[in-house]
Amino acid sequence: MTTLLRHRLFWPAAVLVVLLASNLIFSNNFFTITLQDGHLYGSLIDILRRSAPLVLVALGMTLVIATGGIDLSVGSVMAISGALACLLIGDLSNPDAVGPVLLVVGAAIALCLVFGLWNGFLVAVLGIQPIIATLILMVAGRGVAQLITGGQILNVRSEPYRVIGAGYFLAVPVSFLIAAAAVALTVALTRRTALGLLLESVGGSPTASRLAGIRSRRITIMVYVFAAAFAGVAGLIYSSDVSSADSNAAGNLIELNAILAVVLGGTALTGGRFSIAGSVLGAVIITTLDITAVSVGVPVETTLLFKAVVVIVLCLAQSATFRAKVFGRFGTRRAEVPA
Amino acid sequence: MAEQLKMTGIKKVFPGVVALDDVDFRLLPGEIHALMGENGAGKSTLIKVLTGVYDIDGGEIELAGQKVRFTGPLQAQQAGISTVYQEVNLCPNLSVAENIFIGREPRKFGRIHWPEMRRRARASLARLDLDIDVTAQLDSYSLAIQQMVAIARATDIGTTKVLILDEPTSSLDASEVEQLFTIMRRLKADGVAILFVSHFLDQVYEVADRMTVLRNGRLIGEFRTDELPQMQLVSKMIGKELEALEQIEEHARETTVAERGTPIVEARELGRTGAIAPFSLTIHAGEVVGLAGLLGSGRTELARLLFGADRPDHGELLIDGRPHAVKAPRDAMAEGIAFSSENRRTEGIIGELTVRENMILAMQAARGWTRPIPRRKQDELVEQYIKALQIRPADPERLVRDLSGGNQQKVLLARWLITEPRLLIIDEPTRGIDVGAKAEIQRLVAQLADGGMAVLFVSAELEEVLRLSHKIEVLRDRRLVEELENGDDVDADRIMQTIAGGATT
Repeated sequence: MTTLLRHRLFWPAAVLVVLLASNLIFSNNFFTITLQDGHLYGSLIDILRRSAPLVLVALGMTLVIATGGIDLSVGSVMAISGALACLLIGDLSNPDAVGPVLLVVGAAIALCLVFGLWNGFLVAVLGIQPIIATLILMVAGRGVAQLITGGQILNVRSEPYRVIGAGYFLAVPVSFLIAAAAVALTVALTRRTALGLLLESVGGSPTASRLAGIRSRRITIMVYVFAAAFAGVAGLIYSSDVSSADSNAAGNLIELNAILAVVLGGTALTGGRFSIAGSVLGAVIITTLDITAVSVGVPVETTLLFKAVVVIVLCLAQSATFRAKVFGRFGTRRAEVPA
Repeated sequence: MAEQLKMTGIKKVFPGVVALDDVDFRLLPGEIHALMGENGAGKSTLIKVLTGVYDIDGGEIELAGQKVRFTGPLQAQQAGISTVYQEVNLCPNLSVAENIFIGREPRKFGRIHWPEMRRRARASLARLDLDIDVTAQLDSYSLAIQQMVAIARATDIGTTKVLILDEPTSSLDASEVEQLFTIMRRLKADGVAILFVSHFLDQVYEVADRMTVLRNGRLIGEFRTDELPQMQLVSKMIGKELEALEQIEEHARETTVAERGTPIVEARELGRTGAIAPFSLTIHAGEVVGLAGLLGSGRTELARLLFGADRPDHGELLIDGRPHAVKAPRDAMAEGIAFSSENRRTEGIIGELTVRENMILAMQAARGWTRPIPRRKQDELVEQYIKALQIRPADPERLVRDLSGGNQQKVLLARWLITEPRLLIIDEPTRGIDVGAKAEIQRLVAQLADGGMAVLFVSAELEEVLRLSHKIEVLRDRRLVEELENGDDVDADRIMQTIAGGATT
């Protein structure tokens, strides 16, 4: 029992369970999953589907934070990726052909890789503080996206493109599958190779890592490229879901939600140890929170307040200091019982 | 005389470890009291309990007859307990004056009174015979100066009843140590109770009146310094018979017979402006080369050039007889050169990683991230070195930051030994670690050289350099001034002469 309590994913998992359970009180069929037209439907499926972009962005953010950095530009990169995809699809002679749409998707992600390299270059080569370096692209990126769309919302009609964000494969939402694949890829990349260890080492102490022979510059660039690529995919999912590119709405404030997800998942902003499972859990909690706010019937104008309260409670529950303060006296007494 | 401080039956438990078990400790006003014990004996824990960093799980603390219980360092400080820690605990990005007065700045009309603060900072440093620019940023000064600033900060608090000095001398050179002792004696005369922790037994015997010995978290006893001979103290600290310790020393001494292999590294007029003047040096396989010199004489800078930690701007470096551009530590590692830094905490171990992860880090870095070391291989290597270096606790999955200084040093050494280097550069490996671990590390160095490894050994302790080295390089004022073949005619006095030569003291 105590080992379970000490597990670093215990508190986020507990909060998720409580959130889901509280939904049940307000809507009895919350956990019902039905099959309609070969698609799975239900609130739980909805949570999985709508978590996808945030999970993707949080994955990249986790790795960046593990190196002691931060990436504020992910929302703008999402907007850029969606904008470029919609622009190119609009120019296609046959937007319903699969091949050209795949090429467009590739081009959008390639552009994001370039932006990732840019962030990595500023941080690792020029030594600019990550928060400032990525702030540049955060601000400028929206401008780039608007430049691409000509300052308008680009609407597209393309069946293959719609599949990314709104389609289903074997009754399961495609966006969920993409996010799941990204999680699997990230886990494999960091835990099956030594990348995870080297990341944690760089985040833990850059100087000591360099003296241990780690190419910290290369690794730092890599994580920013990684974060941008995943943000690009998230941008495609978002834009495909609404079949349009909206440079202002796409990925708006998602960087803050992603940072929140990473922190909720137990990765410290100071870098070092990171938890991918924790970040995924964090992202799902945030999405569930949004959906819960609607299903519980929280008025729209107080949704943010509701969210803030839950996040504060969660952070307090996770804080060992706070728990010791509240339950501390009880805890010591129990410890003093002779063995 | 009534005790200034009395601790009785102190108990402190960490998950899985009893750090302090029923320990009694007392400090009289106007005495210098040494707290002795090996690494992991519980010295640091006792100090942290006393300074309010840790809460106790049992026992009582009385300060000047009053029962106290501290819930934080600030409380302890207000009660008159000041501390100077082993590792400098100041803010490197603030000025010297700010560091001395942080948290208790002199004020005028609610605003910080800067001229007053600077004046008082200069005054408190002057008492330590230190004349430096108090407006300069702290990290523009050497570690030794930073340490003195920390002491100035601790002693400046007028109400200090108990002053705790945790390894204050580990980064000071001989004359700075003397300065410190003068200050300590002055404070003692003022009635301050001083708790002094040092691994340098000679220093303890020079300055301390009484001592308390701890071993494995238990109290061994309290003794008057003049009644406990040095060798007896050591055997009380390590709990071993004296003969065992002497054997270690003998073995190390025997191995100083030179046996030269082929040259591995040759520096030709290698230098870096502002760090070290151009020097020439050849290191052969199976050779222990000692670097002697005062703190700041360029020992570390020389070592860093050989490892590529800094780039030279003069001369060339030959590895196996061929010129080689060592641009980064990786390049040196590829040639079989390893470097264990003197700054264990900031340039060595990575605290939040486990013992295992720290140990395999250099090997993994050399292989690149795409070729992870199989877990089974990792476990084998780590187990082997935990055993060989007697790392305690012998738990590979424990976080390295929870280990004592000596064990962290061993982990760092293991990290490099795992890479099977041809040249091992170790900078101050025995700083701040206890007698037992020190002897183990010395023996290890001798063994490695016997096995054909070249070792560049940097140490502030001349005895140690003399005991281990085949060849001694003496540095002075960032310049390599003399190379000595170690033999019967070379002794500490001879080296001291060279170090002091040209100095106008």
